[in-house]
Amino acid sequence: MADRADVFDVLAVEYKKQAAVNVRFEIPSVVEQANGAKKSFKVRIKFELYAPTPAYTSKIIAAAQANKLPDIYGVLMEMKDFASLIKAGHVMDLTPYMEENNGEWKSTFYKSGLDMNTFHEGNQYGVKPGIYGVPIDLNNIQFIYNLSLLKKAGWDTSKIPSTWDEFIALGKMLKKAGIPGLVSGWGEPWMIHCLADNFAWNIMGREKVLATINGKIPYTDPSWKQVFTLFMQMRDAGLLSSGIVTMVNKEAEQTFANERAAIAFNGSWCVNVYGSMNPDLHYVVALPPRVNLENPMYIWGGATSLVVNSRSQMKEEAVNLLKWLTQDKQQCYLSKETHNIPSTNASAGILTGPITQFVGGMDNTVHPRLFPIEEFPLVTEAFDKGIQSIIIGEATPSEVAERVQQIKLEETKKAKRFKAIRDKEAK
Amino acid sequence: MLGSHAVLILVSITCVFPLLWMFSSSFKTQQTIFKNMSLWPGVFHWENYITAWTRGGFGIYFLNSVFYTVTVVSGLILIASLAAYAFSRQKFKGQNIMYSVFLAAMMIPIPGAFIALYILLVKLGLVNTRLGYILPQINIGLSLAIYILKTFFDEIPKEVEEAAMVDGCSTLGIWWHVAMPLAKPAIAVIIIFNALAVWNEYILAMIILQDKAKMPLQRGLMIFQGAHFTEYSLLMAGITISVIPIIVMYLFMQKYIIEGITAGAVKG
Amino acid sequence: MSSILLRFKKISLGYLFVMPALIMLCLFYIYPFLKVLQLSFYQWDGISPNMIFVGIDNFRDIVFANPPWWQSLWHAAYITILALVFQNGLALILALIVDRGIKYGNIYRVIFFLPPVLSGIVVGLIWNWIFNGNYGLLNHWLTTIGLGHLSRSWLADPKTALNAVAVIHMWKGFGWGFIILLAGLQNIPRTLYEAARIDGADNWSIFKHVTVPLMIPVFALVMVLTVLGTMQIYDIVVSTTGGGPGYHTEVPVSRILARMLYSSQFGYACAMGLVFGAILVILSLVQMKTSRAMTHT
Repeated sequence: MADRADVFDVLAVEYKKQAAVNVRFEIPSVVEQANGAKKSFKVRIKFELYAPTPAYTSKIIAAAQANKLPDIYGVLMEMKDFASLIKAGHVMDLTPYMEENNGEWKSTFYKSGLDMNTFHEGNQYGVKPGIYGVPIDLNNIQFIYNLSLLKKAGWDTSKIPSTWDEFIALGKMLKKAGIPGLVSGWGEPWMIHCLADNFAWNIMGREKVLATINGKIPYTDPSWKQVFTLFMQMRDAGLLSSGIVTMVNKEAEQTFANERAAIAFNGSWCVNVYGSMNPDLHYVVALPPRVNLENPMYIWGGATSLVVNSRSQMKEEAVNLLKWLTQDKQQCYLSKETHNIPSTNASAGILTGPITQFVGGMDNTVHPRLFPIEEFPLVTEAFDKGIQSIIIGEATPSEVAERVQQIKLEETKKAKRFKAIRDKEAK
Repeated sequence: MLGSHAVLILVSITCVFPLLWMFSSSFKTQQTIFKNMSLWPGVFHWENYITAWTRGGFGIYFLNSVFYTVTVVSGLILIASLAAYAFSRQKFKGQNIMYSVFLAAMMIPIPGAFIALYILLVKLGLVNTRLGYILPQINIGLSLAIYILKTFFDEIPKEVEEAAMVDGCSTLGIWWHVAMPLAKPAIAVIIIFNALAVWNEYILAMIILQDKAKMPLQRGLMIFQGAHFTEYSLLMAGITISVIPIIVMYLFMQKYIIEGITAGAVKG
Repeated sequence: MSSILLRFKKISLGYLFVMPALIMLCLFYIYPFLKVLQLSFYQWDGISPNMIFVGIDNFRDIVFANPPWWQSLWHAAYITILALVFQNGLALILALIVDRGIKYGNIYRVIFFLPPVLSGIVVGLIWNWIFNGNYGLLNHWLTTIGLGHLSRSWLADPKTALNAVAVIHMWKGFGWGFIILLAGLQNIPRTLYEAARIDGADNWSIFKHVTVPLMIPVFALVMVLTVLGTMQIYDIVVSTTGGGPGYHTEVPVSRILARMLYSSQFGYACAMGLVFGAILVILSLVQMKTSRAMTHT
């Protein structure tokens, strides 16, 4: 990843001067591979970049099987796969380091980033509670409005839509002016899920969403049908750019950057992307519009994190490198160069430019990884593809709700059966 | 005749257009590449090529790719032609079953094999070695190469073979002096197929190789593609650089497909 | 005595010649294949040391309870049929024209090979641009020639998405068929054509009675390769539609990889791979038998 490879090279040189330790580590999309040189203790930090993500995940899986993971690497997986990695002994428990000196290291981090790497007491994955990874930067996903295009459509740019009705009104104005509305990488289902999830939390609140995943409330509940209906309404109001259902996020980014669409739903990394393609882009960042005005609006907030290979020969040195990486000076440098939100509290203050608009949203963030339970992947797939069907007019919200619920029941049955087999074998 | 020309030209335009766009994009910048959609860049940023070469570390990756392509293709042709010759001109027990297994291997893809492959390479001590990267790729092209070559060898009349034997040629000699020259078109096709495959390969490289010094060209191109941030014009420059050797190789090889007719007066 | 020795030498020489290829196959194909076969009977996420044995459960689910899988197979088959007819038809026509010896034939031979050479990234970017609903080239040209009402978002419209993907695939693939068919055509001695012409045959007759019979093995090869290659289509789908909208452009490989890497059902994905392989084998065998039968008539 160009936006980080150079930066890490510079950091590598710095670290070499200071620490004289050889560590190799991998970061998803910024991948550094380090094979610790066991005899000599000279730091050789090698950065290697691995894209695309599925290929990187394959590499990690293969390396894990052969016990050939590097000293430090990044995990781009679901919580349950992360748990699997930990239970298979590939991830070091960092809690002692975090907690020592009255939690000195731990306290430097912004809570949500650390939470992404923490397993709590009584977690459903059976992982020993603790902190297993170190966040090095944060991100969140919000709406981005092109002020020039909004103005062209006749919208009063001193007010950004904050309620659903305002949002729909904007859509109608854009449609009348012939300006494409929202672009987002909805060809990649997780982005659809992100927005749907945001609306769900706003409409029904945390408890009800979790209860649905727990199976206590069906997806055919009116609240969920309302979530699905929102997408239908967006389509009818002309808010969605044509082709959004098969758009890759990169395409959405360059479309928005070149002012061919008025609204984007994208993550804070976009500051870097837009800035490089069109420095004159005039935009503002905002939370998605609230449907239920009595509940707050939540957004997804994530983190890029690194873990230490517990089978590494250079564990101490690896931890030291991570500590160094998350010191203020390095975090500030990283953030300035990559336009990402730093993971440490103090560094957030030094941010300038459009990225600061994203920082404000960090207080409203949630992420499915932090839920005590995870939804079945096949249910999520039916959910996301179902919304795509609604957008192209092939299914109604009710039909999608029923289909998702049907798959939910099937998967629950399967899970019970596998659990029974597993329990039998354990005896 | 005119109709033929029209068809040829029409198809040619669609083939050349993407290449032209890619080439012209390589001279644009990140800011203009999607803004200015025309084929003419306006301003020519020649430095993109230098930047792509240096930042992509192309020097060594290029040499690696050439090395891998040459070794994989040569190894493949050697191993496949020997086997194909045996299947075609020799008689030995179980040959039909063996041949069928090779054909089946060609038809049954196994996704998920990469884990088993990786573990195997670890056990053989071949992970992160050039040999460990070369051998699996020879295997990938093996079945098809054997199939194509056997089909060609089947066409050799027995008389030619017997004549050579009378002249005192060993079986190996017949393979080298008689069979292989006759199969030149087939060999050319196999070279083209597999050279392209090896040249564009990146997944195995990612999984098997760790040292930067061993990485192929596609690896260099990845520098310009992050999970979120792609440097398009540099990427286009990089891809243009990487496409040239393949086209050159093709220019060489496709002559053999045509020359095959004069070299092998088998049926005429 | 010496003939027995000769036969022995001949037989063992056969084994010797085949040995390197066999070793490669066993190491890099048979061993992973057996491993995948074993995994297909388990439920496994690819990471944890625990695997649950589920017998033929995975296979049963694939056959009876996985509609998207069969949908994806149909999509791939549909594109394959299109490819067999149009892609190879075009390749054949072009090969015939160039074989006949046309001016600038050398240049054309190079140009037609350009699409296969291009990387998936460039192909994806270009065709995304061509098919784009807002500022795409295709819509632009349609409007210019007065067919603007046909404009749409070609890759996102469920009615056209699959065909759009098929067009991209065929565009990228015809160069291969062209090369092989041309090689086959060039291998036919010109004397046969001359003889037929002296006998008074016209072009169509020559094609039917001289070219086609001699080209049957080549046709068979191209068809088998087309089927195998097209059924395994993946890169184009991923860079243009991601399998969407909905399930409209899902293909077998994208389903398998989704199970493997996103749903963490590695064992199930292996089972899918085997089912897929079995289908491909059956298809190829049918093709080969047909071509063998045709050669004998």
